[in-house]
Amino acid sequence: MKQFIAFVKKEFHHIMRDNRTLLIILGMPVVEILLFGFAINMEVQDIRVAFYDPTPDDFTTGIAERIRQNSYFNYQGKMQSMEEMEESMRKGKLDLAVVFPQKFQESMVHSGKAAVQLLSNSSDPNRGSISVTYASAIIAGFQQEQADLIQIPFRIETENRMIYNPLMKSSYMFVPGIMGLVLMIICTIMTSVSIVREKERGTMEVLLASPLKQGTMIFAKTIPYMVISFIDFIIILLLSYFVLGVPVNGSLLLLFLVAILYITLTLSYGLTVSTLVDKQVNAVIFSATTAMIPVLMLSGMIFPIDNMPMVLQTLSAIVPARWFIEAVRKVMIQGLGITMIWKEMLILIGMILFLLGVTIAKTKKRLE
Amino acid sequence: MSVKVIEVSGLTKKFGNFTAVDHITFDVEEGEIFGFLGANGAGKTTAMQMLCGISMPTAGAGTVAGYDIIKENELIKRNIGYMSQKFSLYEDLRVWENIRLFGGIYGLSDKVIATKTNALLEKLNFQKERNTLVKYLPLGWKQKLAFSVAIFHEPKIVFLDEPTGGVDPAMRRQFWEMIYEAADQGITVFVTTHYMDEAEYCNRVSIMVDGHIDALDTPAALRRQFSADSMDEVFRQLARKAKRGD
Repeated sequence: MKQFIAFVKKEFHHIMRDNRTLLIILGMPVVEILLFGFAINMEVQDIRVAFYDPTPDDFTTGIAERIRQNSYFNYQGKMQSMEEMEESMRKGKLDLAVVFPQKFQESMVHSGKAAVQLLSNSSDPNRGSISVTYASAIIAGFQQEQADLIQIPFRIETENRMIYNPLMKSSYMFVPGIMGLVLMIICTIMTSVSIVREKERGTMEVLLASPLKQGTMIFAKTIPYMVISFIDFIIILLLSYFVLGVPVNGSLLLLFLVAILYITLTLSYGLTVSTLVDKQVNAVIFSATTAMIPVLMLSGMIFPIDNMPMVLQTLSAIVPARWFIEAVRKVMIQGLGITMIWKEMLILIGMILFLLGVTIAKTKKRLE
Repeated sequence: MSVKVIEVSGLTKKFGNFTAVDHITFDVEEGEIFGFLGANGAGKTTAMQMLCGISMPTAGAGTVAGYDIIKENELIKRNIGYMSQKFSLYEDLRVWENIRLFGGIYGLSDKVIATKTNALLEKLNFQKERNTLVKYLPLGWKQKLAFSVAIFHEPKIVFLDEPTGGVDPAMRRQFWEMIYEAADQGITVFVTTHYMDEAEYCNRVSIMVDGHIDALDTPAALRRQFSADSMDEVFRQLARKAKRGD
């Protein structure tokens, strides 16, 4: 026991006395949150819109007015011709063009229908389709108003609401992902580097020749990173709650439980990596490739899993962060209880056991 | 009647087809300073690793401090000290922290560690450097400190793997004085080196060539045997036959 404590203290010393690493460990979550929260914004805003309206009338001006007044749109003016419109779009000065046909109101009133053409710059397909959606919604709203005025019975009114995330804030999506990424980096990369560093330095040999049990040493090495990652988790939670306004709708205790599970998992993976490589450099590269990149790409952190091709969706299932992020989203954003995340938790536990098994099997009792 | 603290017979270590250590047989007596010499690649470090219980022999048997090197290697570790070739102390820990760490690993109580630390620092005249991070110590001091840490828990045997690498002769001389002191206190010193002049400081030496021991005796006897003026000369005669190493 005394050995263990002495060793844990030593590990803390190593971390605390390395300023650069300390900066990364404690500064990273802050930077990530601020970056994702403020700088990277997936919401579609500032849609530059222009109108082509050869025969303006009450309807066309009404629709144009409503679009212009909407805060998501940025009114660029009226175009004099389709060529001007296309020119603008091609030069990248226009995101959405609203084209009214001749005599819009007349067609509407007399034949009960008229068409509005929406042309959107879809070099960013996401942005393009959402711009069209917004504009369509506004037009539909206008149409609704007109219908109200004429008082047709048996109207169907649809009311859209985005549950859990009414403001469609992308930060809700990112925060669980950032947690998954940061914890993975700290626990996996740092832990594996810490163990491999002993090998590289030659102190491993000295430790092996001493009565210190390997298990004690490895466990002692994971303790500081467990503590630090938990601190980071709390930092992320606090920042996202107070700075980004992301709610914590579910049980905080459950959230901590899920975090502990995930931290244990990433630490175990760090241990596994340390049995596979001999140099710190390799530990970093191996961890980064197998841990960070899959987390960024496949865990559902940035890109929705459902949109991926089947192959990648299957691959995503072995990325631990995917299950962690799902569980966190369910608990934090949706406020669900343990009954809804038992599947994710079970998968995480299974992965932990697997990784620990591999680690123990690969840990050599003697130098070979 | 001298006690044998190390006894090995037919000790062998193979890595695939490569035989690093080829059936060596020898013993070391209590309180001896035993020099384990040989060129780089001769198999010294591998042999020492087996004696320390950190490597499993392919064949052969032996006991160290009375414990079997195959079955009781964990017990061996408690009774020996080890100073590795690459390095033994943590550079980003302070002098006293390193001492405390290894003291704790070898099971000494806090009180004992504190008392012995003070005594050690005083003897080495290191009190001023108590709180210095090891990386700021000059190489010679690091080595002295590493040695002191290796024998801090007063083991029966201390294994030193090329302890004086990269240090000037004056420093090496001071280091060897520390080794003499340890031997006087009854600690057996098993030291590998490729500095042949250091061989003269040992009670007995063995010379490894290509994985086997080609000579084992006191330095004086070996010089007579090979009609050489120095251990360097003895070594060169033997090394000429060598197929491995520089």
